[in-house]
Amino acid sequence: MTAMLEINDVHAYYGKIHALKGISLNVEQGEIVTLIGGNGAGKTTTLRTICALMRPTSGFVKLNGEDLNKYKPSQLAAKGVAMVPEGRGVFSRMTVLENLEMGAFHRKDKAGIAEDIERVYALFPRLKERHGQVSGTLSGGEQQMLAMGRAMMSRPSLLLLDEPSMGLAPVLVEAIFSTVEEINRQGTTILLVEQNALMALQIAGRGYVLQTGEIVLSDNAKSLQRNAMVQKVYLGVE
Amino acid sequence: MTLSQRLRDIDWIDVWLWIFRILIIVGVVIGIVRKLFFGAGTAYGVDDWLDFFISGLSQGGLYALIALGYTMVYGVLFMINFAHGEFFMSGGMAATYLVASTLAATGFMNEQPIIYLVLVMVFSVLTSMSVSLLTERIAYRPLRRAPRLVPLITAIGASFFWQYIFRGFFGSAVKAFPVPTILEGRVNVLGLDFLKVRLMVIIVSIVALIALYLFVQKTKTGKSIRAVAEDKDVAALMGIDVDRAIATTFAVGAMMAGIAAVLWGLVFKQVIFSMGFVPGIKAFTAAVLGGIGSIPGAALGGFFLGVIEAVGPPLILEGLGAPGAHQLKDVTAFLLLVLVLIFRPQGIIGERLAEKKA
Repeated sequence: MTAMLEINDVHAYYGKIHALKGISLNVEQGEIVTLIGGNGAGKTTTLRTICALMRPTSGFVKLNGEDLNKYKPSQLAAKGVAMVPEGRGVFSRMTVLENLEMGAFHRKDKAGIAEDIERVYALFPRLKERHGQVSGTLSGGEQQMLAMGRAMMSRPSLLLLDEPSMGLAPVLVEAIFSTVEEINRQGTTILLVEQNALMALQIAGRGYVLQTGEIVLSDNAKSLQRNAMVQKVYLGVE
Repeated sequence: MTLSQRLRDIDWIDVWLWIFRILIIVGVVIGIVRKLFFGAGTAYGVDDWLDFFISGLSQGGLYALIALGYTMVYGVLFMINFAHGEFFMSGGMAATYLVASTLAATGFMNEQPIIYLVLVMVFSVLTSMSVSLLTERIAYRPLRRAPRLVPLITAIGASFFWQYIFRGFFGSAVKAFPVPTILEGRVNVLGLDFLKVRLMVIIVSIVALIALYLFVQKTKTGKSIRAVAEDKDVAALMGIDVDRAIATTFAVGAMMAGIAAVLWGLVFKQVIFSMGFVPGIKAFTAAVLGGIGSIPGAALGGFFLGVIEAVGPPLILEGLGAPGAHQLKDVTAFLLLVLVLIFRPQGIIGERLAEKKA
């Protein structure tokens, strides 16, 4: 059985800094997989490599058996990959609706796009209330919702989430994570990168632990929650 | 607190700037008062003032059209494209030598003046767009990841390159731009007396500016340009071809420059290979005045600069007793640039707040 997303022995550099030292991981269809680790562990770099924003120096990234490295970043949306970038990356001078339209940029089916905008509004009613507002004026939580809604507009089969909990109040984090579960139930496979290991391991099926560019642990989420090292370093359990 | 402590706390640069501000305001007020109430310098009637204003407005329309190219490219690449004046020149030169003078010589120009103007404009726009797309592809795109100073210097090089290419093709002489007879003379509209060409420039530039604004705000391509201006990586993840959006930005800016070049020809009735330099610098000033990166800002800055340049010297400088005030319009324009850079570096419609947020 081939995995939906397969990353095999990927090395990547920022200049002379060896950011990824042979990462291998895979994500099966329908899963939520989380990648946890501290600052500078290489979590964002891994996502950027998947999206072709960075080229690995060796190793490969395959989606449904097809090598993604031969594509430009702008071709990935059509391949079914969407990313919610770190810090949300909403287009702050564009309105909420325009942001959502940008998410469907590669699509031509107007009716389908209109339908999906309504779907996103159903998922995040706040966005509907603010559809004409310039998104730079939204709160952090609303911007996170917008970034996720925008990613959903491309009807992705694989959604990459980069620290959706960053800078949000605990209540909002709960809401965002339950939406992630909802999106997954509707059929989107999810790779979730998080520093908030506690929350991430609650919704994920499996997890990988990344430390300074290497995967040091991988297991199902339940076992990781019980793992002594994970408890000490990432869950703050003494 | 002792006096010496208080003196030490004063920021002397601020003090100097305040003195400077007050001096300018006093100077402007004295100039205007002496001119209007004490009849300093030449006496002008209402008609004369209206004439200054209208010619300023039409000149401003030209600046606005060219300024859009600077501001849009800056918006997506954070680069001052100093070759933009040459995009303007290339359209004007090629259209004059290859189309306008031929059509004028055969008499077609005065038989079908409207078709003539459209043909000349289309040819000018196509030339400007080709030159700008070539420059972007060959000189700028390979430097996308270079430090910001590198493309700036390349732009200056590209500017010289195009000037001398066009001098090589068409020679270094001044060439007359043929103006159809229907555009000669004056026309009365709404009780105001316009030079026909001036009126045409004002109308065409306003229509072009509105069309461009709608293009950027409403069309899918326009929105992709705005998305690329905000975040290239994220825009790419949305499926936007970033290189293509940037090329489109250059093309649209050059299109406006190409239109401006023909209007410029109609007003000044001549072209030369070096004609891009001064309008280029003036339009850049207008873009900075309005707040570089902002499209409404560039339009506003252009008209503002044009009007100040036309009305400022007779109103303020003559009032202050400056000799030959009409020849000082360039001084007025660049003085305005310096003042804006000192007192309001983000321009009239500044984007300082938005930048901070990003």
